[in-house]
Amino acid sequence: MDIIVLVKQVPDTTEIKIDKETNTLIRAGVQSIVNPNDLAGVEEALKLKARYGGTVSVVTMGPMQAESMLVELYGRGVDACYLLSDRAFAGSDTWATSTILSSFLKTLKYDLIIAGYQAIDGDTAQVGPQVAEFLNIPQVTYLSEIVALNGRELIVKKRTDSEILTLSVELPVLVTTLADMNKPRYMNAWDIYHNTDKKVHLVTFNDLNIDPSHIGLKGSPTKVKKTYVKQVQAKSEKVVMTPEDAAKWITKLLYPYMEVKNHE
Amino acid sequence: MKHELLLKMLEEFALKEVKPLAKTIDEEERFPIETVQKMAELGILGLPYEPLYGGVGASYTAYVDAVRILSKYCATTGVILSAHTSLCASPIHAFGTEAQKAKYLPKLNRGQWLGAFGLTEPSAGTDASKQQTKALDKGSYYEITGSKIFITNAGYADLYIIFAMTNPELGLKGISAFILEKDTKGFSVGPKERKMGIRGSSTCELVFDKVQVPKENLLGKLGEGFKIAMSTLDGGRIGIAAQAVGIAEGAFERAVDYVKTRKQFDKPIASFQHTQFKIADMKTEIEAAKALLYQAATAKEKGESYSDKAAMAKLYASRVAFEVSDQAIQLMGGYGYIRDFEIERYLRDAKITEIYEGTSEVQRMVIAGKVLR
Repeated sequence: MDIIVLVKQVPDTTEIKIDKETNTLIRAGVQSIVNPNDLAGVEEALKLKARYGGTVSVVTMGPMQAESMLVELYGRGVDACYLLSDRAFAGSDTWATSTILSSFLKTLKYDLIIAGYQAIDGDTAQVGPQVAEFLNIPQVTYLSEIVALNGRELIVKKRTDSEILTLSVELPVLVTTLADMNKPRYMNAWDIYHNTDKKVHLVTFNDLNIDPSHIGLKGSPTKVKKTYVKQVQAKSEKVVMTPEDAAKWITKLLYPYMEVKNHE
Repeated sequence: MKHELLLKMLEEFALKEVKPLAKTIDEEERFPIETVQKMAELGILGLPYEPLYGGVGASYTAYVDAVRILSKYCATTGVILSAHTSLCASPIHAFGTEAQKAKYLPKLNRGQWLGAFGLTEPSAGTDASKQQTKALDKGSYYEITGSKIFITNAGYADLYIIFAMTNPELGLKGISAFILEKDTKGFSVGPKERKMGIRGSSTCELVFDKVQVPKENLLGKLGEGFKIAMSTLDGGRIGIAAQAVGIAEGAFERAVDYVKTRKQFDKPIASFQHTQFKIADMKTEIEAAKALLYQAATAKEKGESYSDKAAMAKLYASRVAFEVSDQAIQLMGGYGYIRDFEIERYLRDAKITEIYEGTSEVQRMVIAGKVLR
């Protein structure tokens, strides 16, 4: 089975600080990591390869610095890495990004495409599903488990708010994965020393067959109008009272229409 | 580049898998067998040897950094790796026949088997020539009878390098080395010693009751045992120096975190000049120890003579490990003395680095011997 995983390099949000003057992210000195939902996808792909054979390729779109992330994925044992990088791609929204990704994916051979459910820096959860639509293949989002592959039939578990659905889907298919579905492996010394010499394949605008008016900032139907840090708006108030009165007072705040009776 | 990726992997692995266990295995005196399995999967147990023998084919310095980084968080885990690589795989790699290397190194390098080394006896410590364990030539095999003490990884190791007298009349030249598989009849492991530090590490007596070792398991030539032991320990000392540097770095990092956050007289104690001078001295000592460590490792890597360099690295780094841990406790005051703060363990663990694989006095003998010869 030939598997392609879509990954994104994101800032490590556990380390993010906000510039209080400008209300923007301070990116300097913040480590970049593989988006956790995508890393779960890489792990699922490597597990599937171990069980059923095949290949695992990784595709990312981003600035040239994303190459270091791809080298680390070679250190985890993936077979091929592709970096889609070009000034023409800069500023792409999810639709333009999906346009670029899918036009490249059409040139590759695949049975299964795995994307992280969403990136921790954008939180849109749109790219995976849009790519599936552009490629005209089925999609199953929000996976909690990839159960098995029977011939061309993939059995997966999809999580919803209230239940877990076990679904069967015909290949080729695109699925999206959740960070907590597995524990991603570490890099390992064998792959670090024997797999990281592999080339990161660079793909630019000229390698693809895309209408330039559909990509980049200009080709993006959505624009970010404003970003700001949400301020805590609720006012606070200090009151001093006995524990019994405090209990009544808090209950009244939480349930304004409830009648609070004195305890006998 | 590869070395940087390896360091990143080791740090992440040590932080997530080794650090969380360190306190428990010390308290419970429990050998962290699950960590050994995880290290095996990541190739950590076969770093410096060729892929031909199932190894990773990284540099010797890569192995040294692995011991150092593991020891930053857990000195027990560091010495498990050091004994396995430096004391068991290394002599087979250096002195083994092609058949022995092909048979044993892949198992050790892939971590299917763990290795150990047995030289010390109740009456043969620094004076290793006083070996009481005997190996009799029985034609098709050697029959080994005797015992060894203080053997690291004992009970969990699958393969042991054992030294025994094959000809007592020849003294040092009557000692030979053998490769012993754990399931060999007549071989048994005694109870675990209860130690001051590295309490998760398994240290036991080995007992040989007419153990039959096949002739092909003689390591090196007959009578070469003492030479093999000394040469192996030269390498082992680099491993222990790496463990000592790791212990010092680990204790130091904890002390730095503490002095930055601990407030007295309304200020972080890091703002006091006494603290700053202490931190500066500790850092300088650690970097000096590290420089000696890498000097020895690089010399070994290049195939130059390195026994005195290894001895200097171990002598200095082991002292630094002890002193830096001691100072770290002092900076943390009462908290440093409380076991939950996990800094007193560094001091207990540091002490062994001045004792095993040649005491600091032995290192001085080696260094002076080289200078004054």
